[in-house]
Amino acid sequence: MTHHLRELCRGIEPPSQRDSGAKRAEVALPGSAVALLPDGHSRIQSALNPAGVEAAGIENLFWWMVAGTTVVWLGVMALTWHSVRTHPESFNRRREAFIIVGCGAILPTVVLSILLVFGLSALPGLVAPAPSGSLKVVVSGEMWWWRVRYEPAEGQPIILANEIHLPVGEPVQFLLESDNVIHSFWIPSLAGKMDLIPGRTTRLAVTPTKTGLFRGVCAEYCGTSHALMKFDVVVEEKEEFNRWLAHQATPAAPPDNPLAQRGEKQFLANGCGACHTVRGTNAAGVVGPDLTHLGSRLSIAAASWPNDSAHLRRWIADSDKIKPGAYMPKFDMLRSDDVNAMAVYLKGLK
Amino acid sequence: MSQTAEQHQSLWLLTASPSIWAAHFVLCYASAAIWCEKFAGLGGSLTAVRLAIVVYSVVALTGIGIVGWIGCGRHRFGDAELPHNADTPEDRHRFLGFATLLLSALSGVAVLFVSLVALFFGECY
Repeated sequence: MTHHLRELCRGIEPPSQRDSGAKRAEVALPGSAVALLPDGHSRIQSALNPAGVEAAGIENLFWWMVAGTTVVWLGVMALTWHSVRTHPESFNRRREAFIIVGCGAILPTVVLSILLVFGLSALPGLVAPAPSGSLKVVVSGEMWWWRVRYEPAEGQPIILANEIHLPVGEPVQFLLESDNVIHSFWIPSLAGKMDLIPGRTTRLAVTPTKTGLFRGVCAEYCGTSHALMKFDVVVEEKEEFNRWLAHQATPAAPPDNPLAQRGEKQFLANGCGACHTVRGTNAAGVVGPDLTHLGSRLSIAAASWPNDSAHLRRWIADSDKIKPGAYMPKFDMLRSDDVNAMAVYLKGLK
Repeated sequence: MSQTAEQHQSLWLLTASPSIWAAHFVLCYASAAIWCEKFAGLGGSLTAVRLAIVVYSVVALTGIGIVGWIGCGRHRFGDAELPHNADTPEDRHRFLGFATLLLSALSGVAVLFVSLVALFFGECY
């Protein structure tokens, strides 16, 4: 499963980035990239590829809306066609009034009323809380990444970033927060959107029905790198999810080779720990994403780039070029072999 | 020819129904927001607000109905022929009466659409 997901993730890389010598298009273009994916991988971010109870309800509503608006459109087109074709001498006031009122007022009102009732009847189910005892995941919108906190029924909260794993077939209660600007949490294949509003906690219940890799996005413009504020969602079997969560709760394993050990020293010596946490080391910053198991994630920079040493090196040395406006400073003053060692260390944080 | 309202250039009645619709929407929205935020809380019952919305809707529909009735009466008044686009008080009178009637119909449907929400939501989300 993990290998398969990694292959999927590699496929997400846009063609411009797969070109090894490519200097162009430093900023990944996620939307275009997804659209270009082969083999149906573009459907990881499609509301028309539902993999959750809530998304299936929304897809159903969408097709009813398409059908209803098509009826209205056909009525208006028929009216237009009739008005163009009718000769003045055959004008019948009673008949024309019937057509105008029928197609122009009554038909749209009836169709819209049906669609409104249908839509409203679906809403309570979409915004209802998950049953008590459901897995609770607190997601905080940052600029421009996602802080994820699992709150298991037993044990300490587990803080992660930019990647969410969910057990298939079980309702999950998301609690959504922001302390900066308004964001919107959206996994198109699993559920509808929900805003993250500073000063409030909003909630969203999600019940995945299919395993696989999906893409979540910020759906509310939130600043310069809004379009690069994404996250990976992995829906897996319950046992696999439990194993993953238990592993994420553990501290980072010490680096096991000289290059990675040097990378760890560089990481700590250059102040990275002021912003990032790597559990098991002195790095305990909370400004940026928790990196304890960064190497196990599918992507970096909020699902903007594949998670490999080459992209990690570029991210460390030139973060602003990859994600304009990011608070992460670029470390281009470091020697390239030090940057390489840090990338190897971070990639080794499995 | 008897005196018509348009000889005083009055357009106020035309705006009455959409204004009632707007006031109804704001009242429903504010009532639900304040009730859920200050009194009921997340998951609290919306029964009181639903009853208030029923009252607001009955009042609004009654008002819109009265305005529409007056508009209909003005539209029926006088001998001015269609299409009521001549620059005369009589044409303006019939035209504005008909426009008032149509706007009242639209406002009535809109009030019903807003009220429908109260049928489906029983608690604060």
